[in-house]
Amino acid sequence: MKHWLTPKNFVNAAIVLALVLVPLYAWMVGNSFVLSLSTRIIILALAAVSLNLILGYGGMVSFGHAAYLGVGGYVIGILAKEGVTSGFVQWPLALAVSALFALIVGALCLRTRGVYFIMITLAFAQMIYYIAVGLDRYGADDGLTIYRRSQFAGLIDLSNKVVFYYLCLALLLAAIYLVWRLVNSRFGMVVQGARSNDRRMRAIGFPTFRYRLACFVIAGTMCGLAGALLANHTDFISPAVMHWTRSGDLIVMVVLGGMGSLFGPLVGAVALLVLEEALSRITEYWQIIIGPLFLLVVLFARGGIDGLLTGAGAHRG
Amino acid sequence: MIYFIEQCLNGLQLGMLLFLLAAGLTLVFGIMDLVNLAHGSLYMIGAYFAATFAAWTDSFVLGGVLALLATLLVGMAIEVIAMRRLYGRDHLDHVLGTFGLILFFNELVRLIWGPAGMTLSLPMWLLSAIEILPGLYYPLYRTVIILMALLVAVLLYVLVMRTRIGMLIRAGASNREMVGALGINIQLLYTLVFGLGAALAGFAGLMQAPILTVQIGMGENILIVAFVVIVIGGIGSVRGAFIASVFVGMVDTLGRAFLPDILKLMMTPAAASTLGPALSSMLIYLLMAVILVVRPEGLFPAANR
Repeated sequence: MKHWLTPKNFVNAAIVLALVLVPLYAWMVGNSFVLSLSTRIIILALAAVSLNLILGYGGMVSFGHAAYLGVGGYVIGILAKEGVTSGFVQWPLALAVSALFALIVGALCLRTRGVYFIMITLAFAQMIYYIAVGLDRYGADDGLTIYRRSQFAGLIDLSNKVVFYYLCLALLLAAIYLVWRLVNSRFGMVVQGARSNDRRMRAIGFPTFRYRLACFVIAGTMCGLAGALLANHTDFISPAVMHWTRSGDLIVMVVLGGMGSLFGPLVGAVALLVLEEALSRITEYWQIIIGPLFLLVVLFARGGIDGLLTGAGAHRG
Repeated sequence: MIYFIEQCLNGLQLGMLLFLLAAGLTLVFGIMDLVNLAHGSLYMIGAYFAATFAAWTDSFVLGGVLALLATLLVGMAIEVIAMRRLYGRDHLDHVLGTFGLILFFNELVRLIWGPAGMTLSLPMWLLSAIEILPGLYYPLYRTVIILMALLVAVLLYVLVMRTRIGMLIRAGASNREMVGALGINIQLLYTLVFGLGAALAGFAGLMQAPILTVQIGMGENILIVAFVVIVIGGIGSVRGAFIASVFVGMVDTLGRAFLPDILKLMMTPAAASTLGPALSSMLIYLLMAVILVVRPEGLFPAANR
């Protein structure tokens, strides 16, 4: 640690502080939309943090990460529909099913490399998308309304918007802490080593497949949690959550914020969603601006916002 | 039996359509090492151009030819403005940059043609059905699609394997610097290849336009299927793309047509009618997963990669 007071740390701290103060601001101006938007940003940031773990640190370009949002969300939705509203059942099950799905997908996908990996993760996401579209009992294409949020026996009341907001924020910060501990552990070093040179890592005796798979499962589970939160936030789950463009959005968040940086996905999620919101107020055709913007980020700001703050040339990836 | 043959022909027609898309994708990937998600946008643009030009010229064929040329030009323009800068970058960069292009083109089309879809109606002389086998009538236009795509496949083969341009393309794929050093304008060659891929996608779009509604985002779902095709076929291999297209087209169409009935033999009708549609739309993805597990490089990996 050279210096704590870098522009990057300043921005990160400012964003976290702003997020902590959002409910206060929303209460003061009496605007619940700000709170709702911020909740959404935090939940998607959690998904982006999980994607960053495999994409930024592990070098695994998963183009199907939104699938776990759907898996986590659908577990909540289906259980609620079947009358199981206890969060103590719903949430662990949502995490377990996401983990299992990630284990199966990871075990198959991690045999492939490069473009094949991108495409096969996309294919699995499409598969689960079509399963959801085919679930006639659970709303099929139209989605499933969740009439009762997860119940935690009076311990915590999710239908209170402020309480729910702080729960999401706490989980996001916990996830960032977890990623920090992971990437600085021996496990994280092996995964990052496998990104730089998989063959060499195997040559010095690390079974990298297992490490990468474990990393993939952790990320999938974390994103499943984001899905459970999203379902509780919108009181609704539909196949659209898993649409492949959503996976694309998550990748954009990670790259925009800065791949392989701890707070990058959060910064990226804030930047993307606030930008979308702002542009859609200026013009109905906001995507005509944001599309080329992605291209410009790719061409000229490869390290994302994180890279810009750190200074040119210092980015990883 | 008649029904089965008819479904096989439908499968073949879908396969041919997929081939037109996949050929462009796999050429661009094989030669420029570029993953182009925006390929589906070119398919969409081709269909929109066709609908517009056909209305202007009052001729389906003339409109189609104009649309093809226009898509070719759009493709070359995209290459010069954006794609050229992405060569040699990470695949993640390609995914992200072309993802941005998809958003751009969807919105541009909405701006120009409006949010409502368009229809392109067939001329009278293409509306009839022909008797392929005794008692089997098949729409003439679908037959035309199959034949045209087969013709394109043959032309493409001749172009790549038997002409000087094709020789340069293949040479450019194996060693860009060497071809450049021998005095070939490799940049122009790449622009042409990208334009060719765009024209193929546009051709697919305009051929499909009379069957479907021309609408925003029409290229996206079929693009993902085209990706499945080139992954199964082995990325970069046109021959693999052809075989995999027919295979995927058949599996998808026959799966949708017969899987629900087959399932009914094995389980209760209620369960079968729930599972059937879901399983048949998953079928090609399952197929891809199985093939990638067995052969991680696809069925016909391009030799030089």
